[in-house]
Amino acid sequence: MEYMKAFLVGGLICVIAQILVDKTKMTMPKILVSFVVIGCILSAVGLYQPLVDFGGAGATVPLPGFGHILARGVMNEIDEAGFMGIFTGAFKAMAGGVAAAVVFSYIASLIFNPKEPKQKK
Amino acid sequence: MEKTKYQELVNELSPNSKIISNTLKAFLIGGLFSIGGQFILNTFKSAGIAQDSAATYTSIVLIFIGVLLTGLGLYQRIGKFAGAGSAVPITGFANAVASPAIEFKKEGHIMGVGARMFILAGPVIVFGTFTSMIVGVFYYFSKGGLL
Repeated sequence: MEYMKAFLVGGLICVIAQILVDKTKMTMPKILVSFVVIGCILSAVGLYQPLVDFGGAGATVPLPGFGHILARGVMNEIDEAGFMGIFTGAFKAMAGGVAAAVVFSYIASLIFNPKEPKQKK
Repeated sequence: MEKTKYQELVNELSPNSKIISNTLKAFLIGGLFSIGGQFILNTFKSAGIAQDSAATYTSIVLIFIGVLLTGLGLYQRIGKFAGAGSAVPITGFANAVASPAIEFKKEGHIMGVGARMFILAGPVIVFGTFTSMIVGVFYYFSKGGLL
């Protein structure tokens, strides 16, 4: 049941993005940025946490979940560190994921080559 | 007459049927990534790791998978099939970082890999940070009244 809910919520979030691609000609980067911003705002007003409670990873794996992590990170950090939390919360919350993406991607760039039509020099 | 009517009908229906099939594919793949994430999350939790740390570890594992599939050239293929279904999950974020990193390695480590890495992920981080900071300002001055 937990997996069904994750599938449903995660799938539906992607469906919204896909419909935006097909119907509005919004570019993918624009949609991704909008999703993070929307996730952030929904989280701030307390509407995203119920979705996480229901959908689990279905709500945290798609990009609005990234916005949720940022908003929650900022608010938690303000609770703990006060005013400084406004500045440090977001980066603390995303630190693990972004550091992983940077380091893994750099290593990948050392190992892998672009998949292009082969050309010899 | 019949033919033009038929053509009209085709024109009217085919974009929609394409949209429906795109939507189903996005739903399927996006859902499957979420199931994968749930499985990884449950695995970490059953290993006795606290909820918050387990969520971060899950993101890191998914990012690793996204980067690896990108390096192997498989994520692009999934993307062609799934559209938003593979772009919206966090593996898509990993793909957005790894893909230009690999593609621009011929321009060097600094201005190639280093500079281009955030060409797609940068906007997400910029506006995510900006929005969450505004949220933080409101939260701080309303003393938790937002939640």
